[in-house]
Formats: sequence, C-alpha cells, structure tokens
Amino acid sequence: MKKFFYFSLILLCCIWSNAYAQPGVKENQNGILKIVFKNLINDQPIILFDSSYTNPFGENYTINKFKYYVSNTALYAAGTVNKIKNDYHLINQSIDSSLYFTVSLPENQYDSIQFLLGVDSAMNTSGAQTGTLDPMNDMFWTWNSGYVMEKLEGTSPQSTVVNNKMEYHIGGFSGEYSVLNYLTLPFPKDKKLQIRKGKVSTVVMNVDINKFWDAGMLIKIRDIPVCTSPGILAKQIAGNFCKLFKVVDVINEK
Amino acid sequence: MKFRVIILLALIVTTGSAFLYDTDPYKPTYLKLVIPKGWPKPATNIFAKNPLTEEGFQLGRKLFYDGRLSKDGNFPCASCHQQFAAFANPDHDLSHGFNNNFTKRNAPPIFNLAWMKELHWDGGINHIEVQPLAPLTDTSEMAETIENVLKKISADTAYKRMFKAAFGDASINSQRMLKALAQFTGSIQSYNTKYDKVKRGEDTFTISEQYGYKVFKTKCNSCHTEPLFTDNSFRNNGLNSSKNLADKGRMRITGRREDSLKFKVPSLRNINRTAPYMHDGRLYTLSQVIEHYRSKLNSQQPTIDSLMQNKIVISNQEKIDLLSFLYTLTDEMLTGNKRYEDPQTGNLPIIHQH
Repeated sequence: MKKFFYFSLILLCCIWSNAYAQPGVKENQNGILKIVFKNLINDQPIILFDSSYTNPFGENYTINKFKYYVSNTALYAAGTVNKIKNDYHLINQSIDSSLYFTVSLPENQYDSIQFLLGVDSAMNTSGAQTGTLDPMNDMFWTWNSGYVMEKLEGTSPQSTVVNNKMEYHIGGFSGEYSVLNYLTLPFPKDKKLQIRKGKVSTVVMNVDINKFWDAGMLIKIRDIPVCTSPGILAKQIAGNFCKLFKVVDVINEK
Repeated sequence: MKFRVIILLALIVTTGSAFLYDTDPYKPTYLKLVIPKGWPKPATNIFAKNPLTEEGFQLGRKLFYDGRLSKDGNFPCASCHQQFAAFANPDHDLSHGFNNNFTKRNAPPIFNLAWMKELHWDGGINHIEVQPLAPLTDTSEMAETIENVLKKISADTAYKRMFKAAFGDASINSQRMLKALAQFTGSIQSYNTKYDKVKRGEDTFTISEQYGYKVFKTKCNSCHTEPLFTDNSFRNNGLNSSKNLADKGRMRITGRREDSLKFKVPSLRNINRTAPYMHDGRLYTLSQVIEHYRSKLNSQQPTIDSLMQNKIVISNQEKIDLLSFLYTLTDEMLTGNKRYEDPQTGNLPIIHQH
C-alpha cells in the first residue's frame, strides 16, 4: 500500500506538472531585424492625394493609394540562408505602422536580404486567410482568385479614362504571366548587418517611384493609364516595379 | 493509512479539477465527406485546413440563408441557389441581384464541389473558401462589403454562439465566415439518383432509360463523364457569343486566345431541375439543348471543341431515350434533404420577391 501511495503520488505529480508546464521556452539566442520601407518620390516620402508629381515623360500625376505585399523574407550569410517562415506583410503608404516589419534572426553577420514581391502561389491557392492576407485588405481578386501584388492609384490629366484615373493593380501568380519576383538585394559595401542577441538592427530600403515609369518598359500614363488584370502588361509593369527597391542603409544597435 | 488516502484523494480532486479548468470546452462533432464507392478521389481535399464539423456546417447553413450577407437584405446566397433546383436558380437565364441588376451568367447548381478544382463557368475561383467573395462583393449580386457583413452578423448573439461552437471562441472574422460557408456548400452532395441506385443494383432502368444510357455513353460521356457527369474541362460547345454580354469565358481568366468562348462543362446531375441551360441560360429546355448539339451549334468557331466539329448525330428516338435517361439523374436526397434546407423556415418554398 505504501508503495502504491508513493507511486500514485509521483504519477499524479507528473501529470499535474505536465498539465501546467509551459511549452518549452528555449532561451532566445535571436536578435531582431527591422526592415523599413521608404516610399519616395524625389527623395521625399510620398504624400498621398495632395501632392502633384511629374514623371520622366513630363506627365503630372497624384497618388491616392500605394500598397504592396512583401513576403518570404530570407537573410543570406556566408554559406547559409535564414528563411523566415509564414512571413507576409502588406506595406501600405496610408498606414505608418505598415511601413516596416520586424523578424527574428539568429546571431550572425548577413550579406544580403531576399524577399518576394507579392504573395507566393501556394498561399494564393490555400483558401480563406486572415490578418495581413484577409481579403478585407482589398488586395484580393474575387473574380479570378489571387492576391494583387501591388496597387498604385491616382489621377493624371494625361489619363484618358473616366475621372482621369490612373490605376495599376498588378497581379497574377501562375503560368507565363506570373507577376511574382524574388528580389535579392545586397547591403551597401561599407555596411554589414550584424544581428546580436537582444539587439535591434535596421535595414532601410528606398522604394523610388520615379523609376516606376521607365525602369524597364516605358509606362506613359497617356498610353497606359490602367492595368487591372493579369497578363503580359501586368507582368511587364511588375518588372518595372522590382527595380524600385534598394537597400540604402544598415544600422546595428550598439 | 487514512491520512495517506485523504492526501491521495485530495490530490486526485485537485488534479482532476486542474484538468477540468484547463480542458477546452470546444468539442465539435466531426463529420466526414461521403466518398461514394467507385468514385474518383475528390479533386481537392477541401476540408484539409477546415475540419468539417456539425457546428461548422450549421453555421455555414445559417449564413447561406441569411439576407444580411447582401447590401439590402434581399439576396442571401440562397436567392440564386435554391435547394429544390439543386441549388441552381430555376427559371432565370441570368440571375438578378441588388438594385435590379442582372448577373452576366446563369447561376450554377451546388453539389459535389470537392470534385471540382476550379469553380465558376470560367474556372476563375481556385478554392471553395474564397468563392463567396465573388457574389458577395459583386455590385450586381449581393453588392455588400465584407466589413459590413461582419458588422451585421457580429451584432447577432446567435452568431456569436455558433461561431464559438464551430471554432472554439466567439470571434468573428472573414476567414471563419468563409470556412463555415465552405463547410456547408462543400457538404452538399449528390450520389443518390436513380442512376446511382441502378449502378448499385438497388433499382433498374426502364427500357427507354436503358437505351438512353447507351446513347449517353456513346455521345455525351466524353465530356459529361460518369459518375460526376462532367470532366470539369473547359470547352467551346458552339454557342454564338452574345453581343451584349461579350463573354469570352475561360479566356477572361487565362488571357489566352485559345480559351476564347470556352466554358466549364457542367454536371448533368439534377439537370432536370436546373433549367435554363448554358452559361447564359439561353436554352430553356433539355429538348432545346439536344437540338443545339445535333443541329444548331456553330462549328465554324476557331476554338470549337474537336468533338463538336461535326455536331452530334442524335436521332429522334435517341433524343427521347436520352431525355428519359437524363431524368434518372435527379437526386431527391439533395433536393429534399432536410439538412440542406433553410434553418429558419424549413422546406417551405421560397417566395420569390422580385
């Protein structure tokens, strides 16, 4: 009986402690990387609605909406790559808190950053999502299932469509007209990204809208005021969009 | 000794109550999709990330019949998808929605969705969960925003209770709403027609049905493939493009010229209930449909299906027998299934208000 009592006691204690045990929290060896997106025209942050800009073809325009998905962030170090899992972000010029995101990385010195512009095709075919990928974010095509990679909207006197609208909704994730592109961006030569436990490092990225109009194909608003469906045009515009991104600074917290 | 027993008992009680406290009261009743014997495997595991439960099904059912999902309250999903018509929209070539607008296509029936990889006449929808977003936001259909729908249903305590039962807590978001709808629509199945019963040896065809089945197998089955009665492909069956609608079909999705005027091959199950026919509902009777295939179709279109280049030879007798056979494809286990009916009104006929 005595044995049974102690055995039961131990057993119960085990069950009890298990029931209350926190999921194993490992001591975190990771540091934080903050990635900042600066959406610029002429080196100044874009001002929505109220500022008139001029593209390289002398066409005037205003911007009312500018947002895009960034996903699948990966950091490259000598011989290794750290891929962030389940990593989706919607950068939206009208929401300040969306203009940066943070990821957790192991201590290391990293050489370059990679991310996908848009949402990967697997997630495009996985049904209803929530959070960043909630269709309420107005970045999901309901008639041709899939996430829009980028939306740039505004007006231009050169636009021939209704209300002088200028509207580039760039999407399409499958087949020959996929607009998805991985960008791999090196850090500036004299800047090393050093991730340290308990410290925050920052990568600053410029996104230069000036380049949108002529970085690859020529996008004259007079000729191409609108693109709102997948296809060759969307793919070409996505090609231009890729060229907007450049890492301009890396700051390591001391 | 007594002392030890007391300690032991006390420990058992505290441990037990600790468990009771920790245990999530979320205990849904899991359900399984029926995969009828001899059928191909479903095209997609639609419930892979959306475990099918009785609670989820019932929530989806309530949402499906709820007018609050539309802007003016008049257009629940069920307004264009009526159970007695196998969830098609009977007697409407094009459905009408908000503000007296017409849709651009005929509302398809809803059943056996797990066996479909793509939804809609043009296959534009790649997952059952995101399908409701199309009618819900289309200004000619339900014309509502997701935000407004969530606001309206969140104000209803019955929904709070049902979301909790279905998903473990009462929070209501678009993902849960869409998953619940998918549980209901994905559970609507058709596998108990007379045809199915004959196949299972539970019934026999009449002579005319038997002949009709033979005609079907030689002249229809290559596109309307058994047992689903569709191969889910996209084909141009020789309908002239309607000038007003200018509907390019599959090409709208793929952007490829070779997909111009191709539409999804619909299932022939419940075909007797789903008139009118074709993607724009232009043919009102099955007799007209057979006439189309044997004499009317335009075989000169560049993207005409290779099987229809010479039309389809069907004699008058064959036509009669084929119609007899097609009538064996009506599934009263679907059209009369109490589990699919409006949870509020029961199976009363929905009075058409428009």
